[in-house]
Parts: sequence; C-alpha cells; structure tokens
Amino acid sequence: MRMGWEIILSQAFLVSFLATTIRLAVPILIPTLGEIFAQKSGVLNLGIEGMMITGALGAFLTSYYTGNPWLGVLSGLVVGGLFGLLHAFMTITLSVNQVLTGLAIFALGPGLAGFLFRTIFGVTLIPPITTSFTPLHIPLLSKIPVLGPVLFQQNILVYLAFIFVPICGFILFKTAIGLKITGAGENPRAADTLGVNVYRIRYLCVIFGGVMAGFGGAFMALSTPGQTFMEYMIGGRGWIAIALVIFAKWNPYRALGGALLFGGADALQMRVQALGIGIPHHFLLMLPFVLTIVILVMISKGTSEPSALTIPYKRGNL
Amino acid sequence: MMKKFIGFFNVKERPILAAILSPVLAVLVAFGIGAILITIAGTNPLVAYQALFVGAFGSLHGFGETLAKTTPLLIIGLGLAVAFKSRMFNIGAPGQLYMGALAATVVGLTFTGLPAVLLIPLMMAAGFLGGATFGAIPALLKARFEVHEIICTVLLNYIALFFVNYLVEGPMKEPGSYIAATSMLPSSAWLPRLIPGTRFHAGFLIALLCIPLVYLILEKLTLGYRIKAVGASSGSARYGGISVPKYMILAMIISGGLAGLAGTIELSGIFFRLQQGFTFEVGFTAIIVAYLGRCHPIGVGLAALLFGALINGGQAMHRMTGVPVGIIYAFQGIVLLLVLASEYLVRRKG
Repeated sequence: MRMGWEIILSQAFLVSFLATTIRLAVPILIPTLGEIFAQKSGVLNLGIEGMMITGALGAFLTSYYTGNPWLGVLSGLVVGGLFGLLHAFMTITLSVNQVLTGLAIFALGPGLAGFLFRTIFGVTLIPPITTSFTPLHIPLLSKIPVLGPVLFQQNILVYLAFIFVPICGFILFKTAIGLKITGAGENPRAADTLGVNVYRIRYLCVIFGGVMAGFGGAFMALSTPGQTFMEYMIGGRGWIAIALVIFAKWNPYRALGGALLFGGADALQMRVQALGIGIPHHFLLMLPFVLTIVILVMISKGTSEPSALTIPYKRGNL
Repeated sequence: MMKKFIGFFNVKERPILAAILSPVLAVLVAFGIGAILITIAGTNPLVAYQALFVGAFGSLHGFGETLAKTTPLLIIGLGLAVAFKSRMFNIGAPGQLYMGALAATVVGLTFTGLPAVLLIPLMMAAGFLGGATFGAIPALLKARFEVHEIICTVLLNYIALFFVNYLVEGPMKEPGSYIAATSMLPSSAWLPRLIPGTRFHAGFLIALLCIPLVYLILEKLTLGYRIKAVGASSGSARYGGISVPKYMILAMIISGGLAGLAGTIELSGIFFRLQQGFTFEVGFTAIIVAYLGRCHPIGVGLAALLFGALINGGQAMHRMTGVPVGIIYAFQGIVLLLVLASEYLVRRKG
C-alpha cells in the first residue's frame, strides 16, 4: 500500500498520468464540440454513442484493409456524417421527436457495428489488429522536461483535436455563421424573417455533430497501437459528451476544461489500476460517471439551454 | 433544464387504426431491411428468417423460451409506460433492474430458512424497493436540481453495472468459485418452471398480472390521472393543484420498482444467483417495447411478445445460420426509426 502511494506521487507517474489525461480527453472533447453546434442550432442529438461506435468501426476497417490510418479517420468522419444526416432528416425534415430518434440511433449503432464486425471477422481467437497512429514527437518542444512528454509526444489526432477548440469557438462567437446558428436555436422564426435558412443551418450543424462523433469514434479505434475493435469500446463516452455540453454551457472553451477533467478521471482509473493501490478497479471505472452526476447536480439549475432546443421548426406554421 | 420535450406519447389524439397500423408496417419494413443485412452477411434471408420463426414459435421448447424472454420486457415496458406518461424519460431500467436483483439477492441469501411462500414475496418486495429507490434518485435530482433525467439515468446504469460487478467479483463472490457470481440461492427462492425442460417459469404469470395492474393505475386511479396530467402539461397540472415533482417521483418509483421486480424474477426464474453478465440490455429494449406498444398496457404486452420472440428467435437464427446476433439489436433501432418516420406520414394525412 505505501509503495503504491509513493509511486503515485513520483514524477514519472505524474507525467504518464497527465499525458494519458490529455489523450483520453480527446474522444470526449471532439464529440462535445460537435454536439454544441447541433444543440446551438436547436437539435438535441442523443445518438452520439451510437454514431461513435459505427464511426470507430468504419475507421478500424478502413485502416485495417488499407494500412493507412488517415483513410481510417476519413471513413470515420463519413460514417458519422451519414448518421448525422439520418438524424437531421428525421428531426428536421420529418420533424420527428428528437429524443426518440437519438435513442434509436443509440440502439442501432452497437448492434450494427457488432453485426458487421462479426460478419467480416467471425469469431476469432486472435483479434484483428489495425494500423494505428503512433506518437508524434514535436522537435525541440518534446524535449522539455515534464511538459514535453505530457504535451508534445502525443499522436497527431490529439494536436488536431485541441486546435479544433479555438476554431469552433471562433466560428460560434465571431462569425456570421455563428450568429445564424445561435438564431436558429434561440428564435428560429425571427432568424427566418431575417433571411436565415433555418433548415440548412440545422442540417449543417447536425451533420457536423455526426462527423465529430465519427471522429471521436475513429480516435478510439486508431489512437492506441495494437488495438482491436470491440462493440462496447466507446464505454459511455458519448453520453458523457452530452452531459459535458451542459457543463460547458454550450461554450467550446469551457468544453475543453470539462474534457480534461473527464480525461483525468479516465486516466486515473487506467493508471492507478496498474499499480494495485487497493481501490477496487470497479470504483475507478465508476469515477467518470459519478463525477458527471455530481457536476450536473451542481450546475444544472438555472442553466439556460438554447430556447428552441428539441422544438422542430415549421416554416409558415404559427 | 430541458422542460419541454413535447408530445412524446399523446396517444389519444391518434386514430386507433393508425396507432396499430404504423408499428405493424414498421416491423414489416424492418424485416425487409434486415433481409438486406442478412444477405450482406452471406446468408439466404428466407432461410435465416425461417430459423428465427421456428426458433421462436416452432416448438413447445422454443415458445417457452420466447415467453421467458418476454417476461422481463413486459414488466419493465409496463413500468416505462408509466414513467413516459409523466414525461420522465427513464433510460435507467438496466440499472434499476440490477439494483432490484441485488436487493433480492441479499434477502434471498439472508433468509435461507424461510419457506418459498414467504421468501419469494419477500424477495420481490425487496427487488421492487431496490429498483424504486434507484429510480427515485434521478427524479429527485430533477425535481430539486433540474438535472436532465435522460443523462442521469444513463449514467446511473453504468454505476449500477460496475457496483454489482464489484460485489460479485469481491465481497459477495462465492468462496472458491471460478466465476464471478454469488452463492446459489436456496431452492425455496426459485420460481417453478411451467414447461419442464424450458426456462419458461412462473414469473411470466406475474408479468401478465402486471398488465391489468398498470391499466388500473393509469386509467382508473387518481394516481394515474395525476401522473398523466403532469406529463401532458406540467403548468396546467400545477395550476390544478397537483404537485408536479411528487408525481414525477411517484412515476419513477413505479417504473424503477417494476424494473427491480423484473430483475428479481430473472434472478428467481432464470439465474438463481447474481452474477456477471446478468440480464442488462432488456432494459433498453423495453424502451422500444413501451413506445411501440403506445404506452398502453395491452400494446406493451404485444410488443414485449414480439421482441421476446425476436431475441429468442435471433439466437436460434445465430445457432442455425451463423448470422451474428448484433442484427437483433440493430433491428430494434431500425424498428424505432421506422415507427417514428411512419408517424410523420400519419400526421400529414390526418
């Protein structure tokens, strides 16, 4: 027991813990950014978890057969985008209940992914391993003690993910498109009167949300060398991303903070488990979920979501 | 937050024929889409579907298994119907089922000396209470802190799963056992099997009994009237003097309690011990069962039978033709999407 705690406080452990935190923040951060856009435009997407797992399968298969993880990522984005399109068609064109459509996609995703994976590979004793991304050491910066291994020895998708935060923030808060998105989600009729095509804005945002969920899934499938595919590999991250949108108050910069917090909780269970500290690993697995509920309890009251969230928009229907 | 999910289950406005027709059509179209997937998997869909139907209904044994799979879906689906009527979107049935089964296990392993007539009802009461308590948490958090119940119930599922897995691998594990499971319950805790050689057990009768019971609650009692009033319009309900949080919580107690009861029945009728890999996913399937059944007790009964048959038949199909069972879960999502889409068509006509 004493040994364990001493290791935890050592520099080597802290460095590996922080590096893992950064890496595990990504598959929560990316879908959260996408969901922020969808919700800001007025559409709730509860299907993130299902979109992530199908995106992960698309990425896994493509990278497996082509040996090129970049094509894998592309495939993950396309699959996620297609599910986003499905959600958009159901909720915007057909104005079907957003909650139920999202739940249907949540049910569909793991089933479809498991079905296709088993169809292709059957039941194998040796799981198929895909080509994944390897850490990219940034010259000079990666040599800095502590900071180097934590920040600058990650794989390239991690750097990309963090660049997305200011880009999303800029689009939402500093551009005309951002204003149109906010308008579509706050008061679609007024926005429509001012010449905003509410349908198009919502379609784009929901598809973007799907693409980002697919990206998150691709990250799960391709970011760890020697990784195989499992139907349950998303493990609730899609749901935590949805909770994180509330935590972030629909702000990409706040989402970054939240994602790091959850990345930390996730990293803690991975790193501490390896040490055998005496805390049952089930409790560590539980930690991100307990943390999310605690945060929701503290933050939910009085949060103002986009006013038109979950309400379908019908032109000329007063 | 999110107080305004509009018109989930306003069944009354829909013409009866459309309410029945759209789920039936959706299921038929879903079978068509399933056929395409099965063809992709390299199997003749007719052969696969034959295996599915024969597996589900073709023999006394198969039909018994179908009813065994129907049992938890029916009980949970009925409970979800109550929650959905109050507009509490309970996605937490898997977790509530686990906590119910856990409470029942504790009772069953403690009072081993009791005769079956006492022990089984006691376990069921404990199971109901365990599920109801776990179901009340998100309702309380919603009433007090405005926590979104969908997200909250989903997160609680993971917590219940990890907690029960911890117990069956650790403190409650049978000493010396190779699998992660508690000790066997005494045989006085077992529900009798109704068809020998199958897992069709007396729990099915309890599930059937729940149909009129939930009908009574929803259609004949003030409790149900108020639950529905809260769901239809919380503003009007409050204006009419109904305490909205109280009936949200009560609806979740019924819903969680029935999920816990389903967990107890799975325990006493199928597993006889709490273990890793205990019934979990049916808690999600039951959402689709409740919706497909229009949240009406009889509709829920029919939908539960359909999905019980699909799950059992799907496993038979897998054994006979090798089509991966994932297709049954994909099928569930497809059915729900199609029912939703068909409602759009009904609405346009109407």
